[in-house]
Amino acid sequence: MSQPIELQQDETFVLNVGPQHPATHGVLRVKMTMDGEYIYNAETVLGYIHRMHEKMAENRTYAQYMPNMGRLDYLSAMAFNHGYALVVERACTIEVPERAEYVRVITVELNRISSHLVWLGAYVLDLGGFTPLMYCFDDREQILDLLESVTGSRLTYCYFRFGGLYNDIDDAFISGTRSFITRMRKELKMYQKLVTGNIILMKRLQGHGLVDRDMCQRYGATGPVARGSGINYDVRRNEPYSIYDRFDFDVPVFHEGDSYARYLVRMEEIEQSLRIIEQALDQLPDGPVNPEKKPKVIKPPAGDYYAAVETARGNFGIRLVSDGTKNAYRLKLRSPTYSNMHLFDEACRGMLIADALAFMGSLDLVIPEIDR
Amino acid sequence: MSIQETTKAALCRLFPDQEPDSPPIEPAGEETEANQAPRRNTIVDQDYATRGFHLDVQLAPEQLPEAARIMFDLGYFLEAITGVDWPTDDQLEAVYDFSRYDFELCRVAIKTRVARNQPHLPTITSVYTGANWHEREAHDFFGIVFDGHPHLIPLLLPEDADFHPLLKDFHA
Repeated sequence: MSQPIELQQDETFVLNVGPQHPATHGVLRVKMTMDGEYIYNAETVLGYIHRMHEKMAENRTYAQYMPNMGRLDYLSAMAFNHGYALVVERACTIEVPERAEYVRVITVELNRISSHLVWLGAYVLDLGGFTPLMYCFDDREQILDLLESVTGSRLTYCYFRFGGLYNDIDDAFISGTRSFITRMRKELKMYQKLVTGNIILMKRLQGHGLVDRDMCQRYGATGPVARGSGINYDVRRNEPYSIYDRFDFDVPVFHEGDSYARYLVRMEEIEQSLRIIEQALDQLPDGPVNPEKKPKVIKPPAGDYYAAVETARGNFGIRLVSDGTKNAYRLKLRSPTYSNMHLFDEACRGMLIADALAFMGSLDLVIPEIDR
Repeated sequence: MSIQETTKAALCRLFPDQEPDSPPIEPAGEETEANQAPRRNTIVDQDYATRGFHLDVQLAPEQLPEAARIMFDLGYFLEAITGVDWPTDDQLEAVYDFSRYDFELCRVAIKTRVARNQPHLPTITSVYTGANWHEREAHDFFGIVFDGHPHLIPLLLPEDADFHPLLKDFHA
């Protein structure tokens, strides 16, 4: 536990972290004002990979915009596909066939696991443990191979179509996913022994980086950050979209609000995602993965629409304002890390810099999604 | 009382000249033309299944901080602040999306419109600290000035940017 100390503003110096720094996992820059080893404040400087995705939506058709979804959050691209497909389907009232819904859930949950695995490996690496990274990337590789076989890409998926999918999954994918579930359950036990119960990890994380419920509400934090602070909020449960109301899964919630709580949330989510995939594979119906009737040109009626999904990092929302033409009039992307990162400045004050970097890692930052 | 009704009743305080129980000008669920003549400041129920949100509130710019306080006290968190440019009306619209952490689902969009050549809005950072970045982003993209904002410098655009890319008359 870091001691509360009286910081002197007139005895500070500025420490620049990033934009190229291994701990920021991408081009993020934080200007930290330091009093010795303690942080007085931290100003985040964004925009290094800002690409103006929202303007791109206005000058291309709805279908042409789908590939952009894979380039926002490169670790959880499938959930972003899902969010965009949902808002357009809602606006144009396109029905999605049963089988497509199940395949969507399976691929999104696989993607969630792979995202958490990258986070786990990179996070423990930040804290000085090299070995878990190798195991995590090995496990993740299994998922990437599976998803590559159906989507054609390894990270920047453009798999969803309005009303359906790019193509159907095959038996090899199903059996591969089943054996992955068996393998991952074994691996999770290994991670439990190797990482979760590790005394160094616990000492580094427990009691550090405290985020409370009030702070979450003021900043709009969602995802594992909110669930690590005692907020039982998961869009899949609170606002069941697609077919998430048909599955039996738990939403892990921890009340400590420290980095370790956020760590535990993500580890538990891997197991819950496995449960969802297992049930989805058992219930998987036959049938087409694309609707028989679908408008040739996507032209949502004028008005505004909203859809939200739970990505690996939290609540991703899209507000679509349509003027009835084939291009969006305005499309706003509400990305989860944007709000989660924002609370870093307030929460890290008075922390030792080493603890602050451990805290930053526990927020699970993906910078392209913040900068958009 | 459902949370949607509670929220509506609380926000009705902002519209003293309207009866709290008066029916909305557009009935729930009906298609509303977004680019029709500017609508009256009021609360409209939306059909969640077709729209994705429950309450559509339009109010005057100076009512924003009070509305934000009401939403915060009701337990809402701020999802995002968005601008929408309406050059035909010569107006800029700001949309504040709110949602809840608990299981009573209610999404609220609070909208307000300002003149395009005088885009000034009061800040809500004193209520929602996280509005800071959202307001800076809206300032970047639309040039909306949030009066009272503690640090209104470019967030995503370069620090010397003198353009607002999401305005409809901006062409790269």
